[in-house]
Amino acid sequence: MGNDALSAETGTIPDVDFRAVQVSPEFQKLRRTHRSFVFPVLGACLAWYIVYVLLAGYAHDFMSTPVFGSINVAMLLGLAQVVTTFAVTMWYVHFANKHFDPLAEQIRDEVESGVFGTDASASASGVGVTEGGVR
Amino acid sequence: MLHLDAASTSPGDPWLNIAIFGAFVAITMVIVFRASRNNKTASDYYAAGRSFTGGQNGSAIAGDYLSAASFLGIVGAIAVTGYDGFLYSIGFLVAWLVALLLVAELLRNTGKFTMADVLSFRLKQRPVRIAAATTTLVVCFFYLLAQMAGAGGLVSLLLGIGDKLGQSLVITVVGALMILYVLVGGMKGTTWVQIIKAVLLIAGAAVMTVWVLAINGFSFSTLLDNAVATAGTPAILDPGLKYGVSEVAKLDFLSLGLALVLGTAALPHVLMRFYTVPTAKEARKSVVWAIWLIGIFYVFTLVLGYGAAALIGGEKILAAPGGANSAAPLLAFELGGPVLLGLISAIAFATILAVVAGLTITAAASFAHDIYASVVKKGKPAPGAEVKVARRTVVVIGIIAIIGGIGANGQNIAFLVALAFAVAASANLPTIVYSLFWKRFTTQGALWSMYGGLASALILIALSPVVSGTPTSMIPGADFDIVPLSNPGIISIPLAFLLGWLGSVLDKGIESPAKQSEMEVRSLTGIGAEKATHH
Repeated sequence: MGNDALSAETGTIPDVDFRAVQVSPEFQKLRRTHRSFVFPVLGACLAWYIVYVLLAGYAHDFMSTPVFGSINVAMLLGLAQVVTTFAVTMWYVHFANKHFDPLAEQIRDEVESGVFGTDASASASGVGVTEGGVR
Repeated sequence: MLHLDAASTSPGDPWLNIAIFGAFVAITMVIVFRASRNNKTASDYYAAGRSFTGGQNGSAIAGDYLSAASFLGIVGAIAVTGYDGFLYSIGFLVAWLVALLLVAELLRNTGKFTMADVLSFRLKQRPVRIAAATTTLVVCFFYLLAQMAGAGGLVSLLLGIGDKLGQSLVITVVGALMILYVLVGGMKGTTWVQIIKAVLLIAGAAVMTVWVLAINGFSFSTLLDNAVATAGTPAILDPGLKYGVSEVAKLDFLSLGLALVLGTAALPHVLMRFYTVPTAKEARKSVVWAIWLIGIFYVFTLVLGYGAAALIGGEKILAAPGGANSAAPLLAFELGGPVLLGLISAIAFATILAVVAGLTITAAASFAHDIYASVVKKGKPAPGAEVKVARRTVVVIGIIAIIGGIGANGQNIAFLVALAFAVAASANLPTIVYSLFWKRFTTQGALWSMYGGLASALILIALSPVVSGTPTSMIPGADFDIVPLSNPGIISIPLAFLLGWLGSVLDKGIESPAKQSEMEVRSLTGIGAEKATHH
């Protein structure tokens, strides 16, 4: 069934020591870069959204203040949500292309070239040295 | 010009409406039949052979997402309840940031066909798969309910059928047609319809938006003034027309807002779309495309909603067959007569058709892949059996959705979809987030969170005014609306997160650390999911 080269079957990929990859400095850097971007940015966006919903729910007088003609604060804040969503999307894509992809590709290449094989050969012990430096 | 004096008649000539509408639906059907000729493997049927580009898939995601709820429901909600309806647009859009930043690429890298593939990756296969398949089926059911109700209302409007029995018949016929379509089309056919439909829907909405603005001298402010003049009250411009009447209603508004923003990243049929692209980078690209298309469309809904409020007026809309959901088609008729009405209705119908197809395939895939192939047959189904089971599931789900759709007939469909979002955010989101980002997460935590979130959301809905206690409830005669909230999100979502945490902390066993390593590495790097790069 399906294309085996592309399937992420739930079975383990046999000859990669994922534990070794996980503790490698390259992967730790990727994980750190990813989390330190995604969590704060998403947190800020959700906070801004919740503030908007709370204002719309509880600050009717403020939201009803006309700004241009009949266009009120509520309309402008709503459209501002759209604008920030677009802006964060573009920011994320830029950041991911620049910082996530090269790291991920580097790790994939190393795994494919057998740096992280499970047979406890020279390559695996080579990782063991760097392992102590992490965490 | 507008024949709306008798509330139960159709605007324009029903036969002309139906002729234009029918011609359009026929064209889309032909495309699906042509596109689906080579549905051979399970991968073809569920994931379209992973053959779509980011741009194509992004348009398809937008097509999936801009369902009848977005078009008919939101335009209707704004036309009738004013600014409060706009929250749907904002919530549905901002929700995509959660999907983009937190789940899209990571899921693409770890899964295969269904959400359960990811959730059961490092936990115990059987119980987690069964739980994930259960929540998938329930979420799809709620979403289908809304689409069926929308389709019924739309066709009733075109045919001018005002009585409930006639509308129920319409829902049944439309539902049967949709089942047939999914059986033939599969994922590839569905994806093509989504792409075509997304383009047509956005183009149609753009034309109507420009038209509405042109009538009002290209001034949004003038449009708002006219909406106020028709409605007879300036409250239509301010938040609170629907949700400002009491403290409970305000809390309900917050609950709705929470469900909208957290639901998208947990909708099984949206998650499944990330699997139809070959790489994580394409998954990222598709979400970006989708966000642009969806965002622009939602800005149009603001103009269309107030346009309908100004040109037709909330009371007339509510009196038409289909209720609030008929605002967009009525506006089309007001602007461009029967031709535009026929076209816009046909696009809306194609929207519903394609969304129903996508949902039914997701539900069927979940049942056939997660329960039949993985649990019943222990991962070794007979050749071809999985797809056969999937097709049978489609029929069963379709019938259940038709019955539910008849029950939900007349409810605002954006509101109904928001219930699906609340169920998804409660039952699925905590487990998705925990299994991707929290090492200590265990099977017990997943099961508590999924079943707890699902049960609490369902019980709260069952005891809410949606089901009983008010004249617009599904069972208007009964009265067991103990919970005043019509959207359960504010209670059930935090509860599900809490249960996931509690279940894991109290779990004495720990999950396989090797699997955790593998999942984390694969989700971030794409090892095993990306094509090998040969140097």
